[in-house]
Amino acid sequence: MIEKMTVIKNRAGIHARPAALIVQTAGKFKSKISLQKGDDRINAKSIMGIITLGAGFGTEIKIIADGEDENEASEAIDRLFQNRFEEE
Amino acid sequence: MDEKRFTVLDLLDLDLKEHDALELRCICGRKGLGRIISAPDINRPGLALSGFFESFAYQRIQLIGRGEAAYLHLLASEGREDGVSKIFSFPIPCFIFANGEPPAPMFAKAAEDADCPILLSDLSSTELSSRLMRVLNNVFAPKTSVHGVLVEVYGIGILLVGESGVGKSETALELIERGHRLVADDVVEIRCVSGNILMGSGANKVIGHHMEIRGLGIINVTHLFGVGAIRDKKQVQLICSLEEWDSAKVYDRIGTDEKTMDILGVHVPQLDIPVKPGRNIPIIVETAAMNERLKKMGYHSAKEFNQNILRWLESESARAVYFGRDDSI
Repeated sequence: MIEKMTVIKNRAGIHARPAALIVQTAGKFKSKISLQKGDDRINAKSIMGIITLGAGFGTEIKIIADGEDENEASEAIDRLFQNRFEEE
Repeated sequence: MDEKRFTVLDLLDLDLKEHDALELRCICGRKGLGRIISAPDINRPGLALSGFFESFAYQRIQLIGRGEAAYLHLLASEGREDGVSKIFSFPIPCFIFANGEPPAPMFAKAAEDADCPILLSDLSSTELSSRLMRVLNNVFAPKTSVHGVLVEVYGIGILLVGESGVGKSETALELIERGHRLVADDVVEIRCVSGNILMGSGANKVIGHHMEIRGLGIINVTHLFGVGAIRDKKQVQLICSLEEWDSAKVYDRIGTDEKTMDILGVHVPQLDIPVKPGRNIPIIVETAAMNERLKKMGYHSAKEFNQNILRWLESESARAVYFGRDDSI
């Protein structure tokens, strides 16, 4: 299992479009991927779950991946956060 | 909301209705609204007000009823304010005055100086304390969030769980279409209240009753199907675990096995329902709900059926003895 901390860098936070991007990316991997904000942990393959997190600008998010391709999965998800979800 | 950080302001902000309403308003000590309520208990500070501070439960909400209020007025009229000033040296989360009676001015002033919030409620102290206990117990109840869909089918709260893309939301949509209700999609927040009841609700009130359906995107269930198709919270009474049909796995064919899932220490009956083309999952879920109701009424289809078989076999063998078909007995 891999855990990785990341921070939301785009001003708008995770709204519908970034959430869809995360879900699409997470869906490509076999690993079980979750995102955690504070004590709330949700499945990164569920779009409503990610939106429900209500993660705004500057929020710290922990990416948790567990499975055969956990390294690639956590890398790919983290890259989305780093690229500000291709916004701005 | 993080339990450990439940503040007085959060208590005021709780959206409570009807028999849960606390009718609280803050009358002074606003600076202290950020104080944390750390225990789901209340205390009647009669002894502390009279100057006895041993085992004083200062970390609790302090409830002041008619008796305490009258005593405070007496203290004020006699000019004895030392006991009152001492009580504010404790880090008390807040005082609540019941019966809509505001505190004596000297008490309010002492509270203001100590930044300790004073709340006022029009309810009687008995009613207020029972409501407050109920509300605090709900707030402090252990909680968890589950990836799944919670629907109410024929009055039974059913949690549909399973891998992403197995068809939980689609099953729920069909159930809504058939007149059942959606409680929460995707993230279900479950609280264990009174030790054995699991109350499920949507994780976020702002997001409301939306669902994600592959190919359609996000839909608003309330607008599409009407308010009759939704519900805010519902007890989780049955879990239907949807999974891709695995020909190597043995599925329950009789229904006498009682499989359960442990959520927050409560065992909830669980059914494993294999999904494959041609199996109409919503109807299976509906039937499971009715069967669950039947079980609650004391009739267990599978067990009853088996008992009938046993009775029949018994009578057959008894008859066999009479008719002498088997002389060896």
